[in-house]
Amino acid sequence: MAFVQNLPFISIILSLFAGPLSSILSGKKAKWVNLAVITIIGCMSAAVLGFVMQSGKPYVYMMGHFPAPWGNEIRVGLLEAAMALFFCIVMFLCMLGGSRERSLEVEEPKENLYYVMVNLLLSSLLALIYTNDLFTAYVFVEINTISACGLIMIRQNGRTIEAATRYMIMSLLGSGLFLLGICFLYDVTGHLLMSNIKEQVKILSETGTYHIPLLVSLGLMSIGLAIKSALYPFHAWLPDAYGYSTLSSAAILSSLVSKGYIFLLVKIFYRVIGFDVVRDSKVINVLFVFGIIGMIVGSIDAIKESNIRRMIAYSSIAQIGYIYMGFGLGTTAGVIASVFHIISHAATKALLFVAASGLTDASGDSTDFFDLTGAGYRNKLAGVAFTVGSLSMVGFPMFAGFISKLLFAQAGVESSHKMLMTLVALAISTVLNAVYFMKTVIRIYTPEWKAGIEKKNFTKVTAVQQPAKSVALVCFILLNLVLGLGSEPIIRLFENGLKMFA
Amino acid sequence: MSKRLSDEQYEKTKSYRLKQWLDGTKDLYLDAVEMKEQQPFQEDKKLIEKRKKETQRRFARLYDVEHNAEMRIFRKIYRVFSVLFCVFLVLMLLTAVSHLPVIGNPGNPTNNEVAQRYIESGLQETGAVNIVTGMILDYRAFDTLGESHVLFIATCTVLILLRIDRKKGKNEPGAALESDRVHEPKNDVILQTAARILVPPIVIFGIYVILGGHLGPGGGFSGGAIIGAGLILYLNAFGFEKTERFFTAKTYKKLSFTALACYSLSKCYSFYTGANHIESVIPLGTPGAILSSGLILVLNICVGVVVAGTMYTFYVMFRKGGY
Repeated sequence: MAFVQNLPFISIILSLFAGPLSSILSGKKAKWVNLAVITIIGCMSAAVLGFVMQSGKPYVYMMGHFPAPWGNEIRVGLLEAAMALFFCIVMFLCMLGGSRERSLEVEEPKENLYYVMVNLLLSSLLALIYTNDLFTAYVFVEINTISACGLIMIRQNGRTIEAATRYMIMSLLGSGLFLLGICFLYDVTGHLLMSNIKEQVKILSETGTYHIPLLVSLGLMSIGLAIKSALYPFHAWLPDAYGYSTLSSAAILSSLVSKGYIFLLVKIFYRVIGFDVVRDSKVINVLFVFGIIGMIVGSIDAIKESNIRRMIAYSSIAQIGYIYMGFGLGTTAGVIASVFHIISHAATKALLFVAASGLTDASGDSTDFFDLTGAGYRNKLAGVAFTVGSLSMVGFPMFAGFISKLLFAQAGVESSHKMLMTLVALAISTVLNAVYFMKTVIRIYTPEWKAGIEKKNFTKVTAVQQPAKSVALVCFILLNLVLGLGSEPIIRLFENGLKMFA
Repeated sequence: MSKRLSDEQYEKTKSYRLKQWLDGTKDLYLDAVEMKEQQPFQEDKKLIEKRKKETQRRFARLYDVEHNAEMRIFRKIYRVFSVLFCVFLVLMLLTAVSHLPVIGNPGNPTNNEVAQRYIESGLQETGAVNIVTGMILDYRAFDTLGESHVLFIATCTVLILLRIDRKKGKNEPGAALESDRVHEPKNDVILQTAARILVPPIVIFGIYVILGGHLGPGGGFSGGAIIGAGLILYLNAFGFEKTERFFTAKTYKKLSFTALACYSLSKCYSFYTGANHIESVIPLGTPGAILSSGLILVLNICVGVVVAGTMYTFYVMFRKGGY
């Protein structure tokens, strides 16, 4: 066995180890440890990705001395390695971009606890990506939920505590449903290992035994994970959680935490149940309908919102709707579009959050829409970055969002009876996206009267004053351009990765 | 023949005090225990005014159902739908459960080669007499590694939420300590005597449960909970002054870091050797002996330390917000 094959396991253990380590360090040291850990894990994931690309086939890694159905194991394929690498990059940039806000908003003695949360969050994301065992997935879903709560409420004011409570209740409901689903599945198949469950489910669906428990289990798991990733009717916790938490928390929550659950759902569809069985059960139709409603309702809510952070948060609901719509199409093309949208949304949403905070810095820390007048002139880099993010969200060519919209439309055309609905929903949602994002872009480039600037105490912010945030913004813009211009190899990588899932 | 005592002498004897206590004419603890009457809860008048206004404002906006038609309709629909939804959920789950395999049937899907190997060769392969411990700490140790980190991160979240920061000066630690003690008698003789008798056996029993986890029922999770309960009882009887001599937040963090790091590193070793098919150098020992079953004993101790610390910290955080 090549040494590279050990790296996924080492990266999980390393980030798990860094969690308790941060708790005994001071805040500053913990910050450096955290950045170092993310960098190292990113490098290791890149090495793993290179190895899997070269060998061309996935491998399983035994966690301990006992082979799979008895012991635990993790499984590494193209898609897993690519996701791990991408998550590390985005997390690194989020932490970098939000470092100034963290030092202002997090009480100093509690700063190291923030890094405990982030390190354990990273480990749980990695475990969700790599695991080949449903129960291990559940354990790390728990870590993910609790650490996300901590990230929300570490900036202590009334709104974040309320948001964290709401998040906790909804998220635990989701975990509970997910666990019930696992129980049902275990009872009818007798396994927790994904590959073995898939064999059993294939036999069961061919003979038609235990049809109802299987269906209920699939429904419970899908709905549980949909609640946790804020699909439309379960989205009430989202705007407050993203809107009032500290910047890096909001960016990480919107771009990584919800995406981790969605990736787990992809794994369940492909590796646990089998996508043919999923398509024949009508569960994906439910996801399709709610996805489409979410695309439209989320955008309308965003138009009505005047707080810019909350507006970006509402936009997340619409984007999550896109992803579920892609699953709902029931074709491999649809799932590939969804997976691409996972990464394009992660890159863009984090960019928007960081850019919006740059704009509010130049507007006396006010998040009100009208106070942002002319903010694009006062903080030039953030203005450019916000424009890039908005264009990407709307689906302007050259940027990541365009490619995912294109993929969704192509997948929609291929699907016979869902074509019309998909295309109409895409069109409406794109127009609505354009309404609120372009409205904001126009607002930030509308010059403010000089008297107004003096009266409201607005200051100019140059890129040099906030070096970390500027670096993060530039990297995010580049990431968006890379995804938008060089999408071809990435899409091919996802196609091969999904084939490896089977 | 016993001689008759005078009244004065008689009143000094123990039998007279016993008789008094039995008759209920005198409470022996009346002067012996320091007691403080509960002060009626009083609030600042300004705060009351402010809260009233706030409530009214909110009430007018949200809960004034009489004059808010939208709210009234929404509430009715909400009630009907929530009942319908619950009924639907219950029916659906009941239907699904009724289609599950019958409990106890030997032909059930769950009675497969997985459970068979755990039962048949668990003892040889893990060296643990208690199969459950062998399963959670050897076969599926990765899950348990995650699970102990769940406890740790839960404590950290509670620390974020409840720890009062002394540096800020908003909440003086002294004030917190005093308010903590207002509603309780100090130096409660009954509690202290009971604690003096009970705490050592509880802690020793907890240690026994942890150390015997691989030999019989028990293990880190249950043993740690017992020790935590003992610590909480001790704290209740003797107050923070005594417990803080040996257990503070720093101790907790160091202990749990050591335990979790020990767990991670030892499992790192066994995962690495297992996956690369290297023979592990850790001997399994004789099943039934206390030093047996490889790493399980060490892992049990680690889990026990984390669980005990977590329980105690939860209690302290909810009561005082710092230690």
